[in-house]
Amino acid sequence: MQSKNEMKLEFDARSVNEGFARLSVAAFIAGENPTLDELSDIKTAVSEAVTNAIIHGYDDPEQKVVLCCRLEGKTIEITVEDRGKGIADVKTAMEPFYTTKPELERSGMGFAFMEAFMDEVQVISALGEGTKVIMRKRIGV
Amino acid sequence: MENYYEKENGCLTVFMPKEIDHHQANLLRMETDLLIDAYHVRRLVFDFSKTEFMDSSGIGVIIGRCRNLGYQGGEVSAQNLNERIQKIFLVSGLQKIIKIV
Repeated sequence: MQSKNEMKLEFDARSVNEGFARLSVAAFIAGENPTLDELSDIKTAVSEAVTNAIIHGYDDPEQKVVLCCRLEGKTIEITVEDRGKGIADVKTAMEPFYTTKPELERSGMGFAFMEAFMDEVQVISALGEGTKVIMRKRIGV
Repeated sequence: MENYYEKENGCLTVFMPKEIDHHQANLLRMETDLLIDAYHVRRLVFDFSKTEFMDSSGIGVIIGRCRNLGYQGGEVSAQNLNERIQKIFLVSGLQKIIKIV
């Protein structure tokens, strides 16, 4: 039978939760026997998406980031959502080295990393409404 | 200081933490810059022997130090990269701008 499982987490937009988020996802998919490489790829992508929400989505650390994981068969779908500032131009934001916060020494590689390490990345955003990043990857294949 | 550093004749070795993300990067950047200034560092080495995880925040720290030290004619290198860190270097193109020993 095809396995199916879902989880949802909501946490403060504090940088300390970046580690918590990627470890939670790693624990959630552990049962599917992903390779170490796949696990590391997914952890990196989650870290990038959650960091974006914390740094760019909000100014207030008490705002919430929502992380959902859906496992269907061998495919993991991860959604990271904030209800913050939103992105004016998603296409430009996804270009490598593009950053709106060079003063924080952001490398501008966040979306490039998500795309490199996941099979599929989709970004839905509207100014003043927030940003939703949906990422998919087939594991253990 | 929370991270581990070694200095010798103008060379500073930064022993990178187990996990480098945005949360860890801020402290790492602050401490490293403090030491670079205090000891007039000319050569900076990032050692990854203990590092199991790094995302693009770590790339930002390394590129930033390359730039700062480059202005002063210094040099930056990286050592003891495991397979994962090699992959991160490759994907980011970092292996083109930093010497790996």
